[in-house]
Amino acid sequence: MKLNGGQMICQALLNEGVDTVFGIPGGAIMPLYQTLPQYPGLRHILVRHEQGASMAADGYGRVTGKVGVCFATSGPGATNLVTGLAGAMMDSVPMIAITGQVAREAIGTDAFQEADVTGVTLPVIKHNFLVMSAEELPRVMKEAFYLARTGRPGPVLVDVPKDVFVEEAEFEYPETVELPGYPPKMEGDPEAIKRAADLIAQAKRPVIFAGHGIIISEAYKELQEFAEKGQFPVTTTLLGIGSFKSDHVLNIGLPGMHGSAYANHMINDSDLLIALGMRFDDRVTSKVSLFAPNAKVIHVDIDPAELGKNVRPTVPIVGDVKHVLQQLIPLVEKADRRDWLSHIDELQRNHPLWFEEDDVLRPQDVIQEISDSTDGRAIIATGVGQHQMWAAQLYKFKEYNSFITSGGLGAMGFETPSAMGAQVGLPDRVVWTIAGDGGFQMTLTELATMVENQIPVKIALINNNSLGMVRQWQDIFYNHDYVATLYSGNPDFVKLAEAYGLLGIKVTRKDEVGPAVKQAMEWNGPVLVDFQVEQTENIYPFIPPGTGVDNIVEDPRLVKKRVR
Amino acid sequence: MTQNTGKMQQHTVVALVYDKPGVLNRVVSMVRRRAFNIGSLAVGHSETPGLSRMTFVVEGDDSVLEQVTKQLRKLVDVVKVSDLKGVNAVYRELSLVRVSATAATRSEIIQIVDIFRANIVDVGHDSLIIEVTGDEDKLESLVTLLKPFGVLEIMRSGRLAMVRGVSQDSAANGVSDEDVPAPAKEDQAKSTPLLPPG
Ligand SMILES: Cc1cc2nc3c(=O)[nH]c(=O)nc-3n(C[C@H](O)[C@H](O)[C@H](O)COP(=O)(O)OP(=O)(O)OC[C@H]3O[C@@H](n4cnc5c(N)ncnc54)[C@H](O)[C@@H]3O)c2cc1C
Ligand SMILES: Cc1ncc(C[n+]2csc(CCOP(=O)(O)OP(=O)(O)O)c2C)c(N)n1
Repeated sequence: MKLNGGQMICQALLNEGVDTVFGIPGGAIMPLYQTLPQYPGLRHILVRHEQGASMAADGYGRVTGKVGVCFATSGPGATNLVTGLAGAMMDSVPMIAITGQVAREAIGTDAFQEADVTGVTLPVIKHNFLVMSAEELPRVMKEAFYLARTGRPGPVLVDVPKDVFVEEAEFEYPETVELPGYPPKMEGDPEAIKRAADLIAQAKRPVIFAGHGIIISEAYKELQEFAEKGQFPVTTTLLGIGSFKSDHVLNIGLPGMHGSAYANHMINDSDLLIALGMRFDDRVTSKVSLFAPNAKVIHVDIDPAELGKNVRPTVPIVGDVKHVLQQLIPLVEKADRRDWLSHIDELQRNHPLWFEEDDVLRPQDVIQEISDSTDGRAIIATGVGQHQMWAAQLYKFKEYNSFITSGGLGAMGFETPSAMGAQVGLPDRVVWTIAGDGGFQMTLTELATMVENQIPVKIALINNNSLGMVRQWQDIFYNHDYVATLYSGNPDFVKLAEAYGLLGIKVTRKDEVGPAVKQAMEWNGPVLVDFQVEQTENIYPFIPPGTGVDNIVEDPRLVKKRVR
Repeated sequence: MTQNTGKMQQHTVVALVYDKPGVLNRVVSMVRRRAFNIGSLAVGHSETPGLSRMTFVVEGDDSVLEQVTKQLRKLVDVVKVSDLKGVNAVYRELSLVRVSATAATRSEIIQIVDIFRANIVDVGHDSLIIEVTGDEDKLESLVTLLKPFGVLEIMRSGRLAMVRGVSQDSAANGVSDEDVPAPAKEDQAKSTPLLPPG
């Protein structure tokens, strides 16, 4: 069958099971856009900024486990995608970006809207292709999808010159890929698994670190079975939230910089870390030499380069964590760890996750209310900053894979487009985004996209009239010197929501929180609730960078109470 | 828990890569982005059409070496990576040296060139170009001896390396697994019968 390049791409998308694309057209990619009407199976969602497209594709990819797809034109369209691509790379999210490029003969001439997009994106994507003939497109599309979704998932960019979209060639979609330089390894080495089982048998105070890899491989059942059989307490990284039920007795919550003090003390007391699909990010370890000083380490990761990169494992295991757990579970004895678990209970009693509950409207109140009102069953997207950490600490997730957050890149502006992408991917779920007033203003243009496409995301704007997280650092490390962190000209967000066609609700008092959340849930469309919260509330506990658990800072109000 | 610490050393890493546009850029971009130190890099066609071989001299401790090989393996266009640590291999580098030479010094220079089994490949009015092949020590000793005459220009190819007289299979396995956490076996998964050894 002969097709032109644009048709080939659409057909390949359908063959790969894609139903939704986020993007914005422009000169170089127009030929692809103009073929879209021939492919009614592809729903195109017209966003308002290309960063919205890549972040929506990211949110879509995370919640569905499918490949999120975005389109952008050459030059500025493509460069606008970059932040979303870099975030997807950091957080191992499957994504395909198709970008238009100037015509082949114009490449390299600084042509109108030319940017070296394969060059620009090279360090922030898993792989990219510049397609110099339509003939290559079927193979390239097949490889792009294979690379995006297998092994350690990630974004793949396909850059297509304008004239390649209209060039005709034979379309035969390959069944298999031939990439000898790319062998994802699924099974763990049985020898290493045996050694891991031996370490586990000797351990007195083991801890599981459940990471994003559990979610990516959908190893929820395996993780639960493994944890229950060995009676291992489970700490979930920021991106591992939703790999293990929040209300499970063995779930100890978030480790690391803004993890609970008890989780961090537990790690410090541990003699064996069992790291499952997580990469020992510096937010998790703080200073590595002070991290879990008495622990041996079993580290399972599908990416060999993660093993030994930050923390040196005693037993490294390369493989897909679902497969590895299936191999490991039979070798692990049923264990009774009453002493260790009661030690952790005691840590929890002495170092609880705590916040002030008085009459003042604080960010924590909002998150707790949303958690209760949704019975822990919503999808929660966030921006980056204090509100993100409160959401991680306080929302009680009862469903797997329901926390969508920019972890590795920490990109503000993620809150709105990622929530939109998640809602498009899973239309039957309730999607709330916990937004910061700083980050929200980076991508709020997507409100129009939500209204236009009836995407009923509920936006909880945690409005502290400041760049809260940075302001907090100024409190702690710069003697309250608030340089460039307080806003004095924020808009009226309710009017803004209304101007876009959303329901807008303003909340200034604590007793209004419950009714506002209820009203938002009952509204059949996108809603923005402007929660005007205490400006100076800080997120605790935290471990100052470059230190360890001995330097953990708990809420001074809690410490005061304790002394009393 | 131990940190990644160790002594600064030089290691040789050989990578087999697809010979297509942009591959060198991918490799070099990764090296730059991850702040690895590369002493030299030599690239050329391999015996298999469509594949090139790159020889890297990597500077750093063992954990750096390990990361370099692993990060190289992650690149889709890199087919195979061998670390020659602890492997009996031949190391060679070619160098061209332009040295001042007058009627008075020429014969002395020729004597040095002979001792090093180097060649004079160009004779100019007041200079010579010397071509020398060997390991880095040999090249450096020659340059030291030539310095008093006036070394005007040096051009070096970068190190090339090849495993000594063994079967293809063990040549491919120039990876020492003992202190490398990830089992070196993963490399074999990359090699298909079609591919030459690393
Ligand atoms: C303001 C801010 C504060 C933060 N504070 C904290 C904090 O206190 N605590 C915290 O934990 N994080 C924190 N983070 C997030 C942190 O930066 C990292 O993003 C996070 O710790 C990464 O979690 P992860 O390693 O589980 O996931 P990823 O970074 O996504 O890594 C997943 C790992 O799993 C592997 N993998 C993928 N698929 C598979 C598979 N099928 N089988 C096996 N392995 C697989 C990947 O190769 C990768 O190594 C913070 C971020 C921000 C922005
Ligand atoms: C795109 C981007 N720019 C800057 C930063 C640095 N930064 C991290 S948190 C933060 C403040 C975020 O403010 P806001 O979105 O209002 O959330 P809050 O911390 O107040 O909850 C800033 C500026 C960032 N993470 N991302």
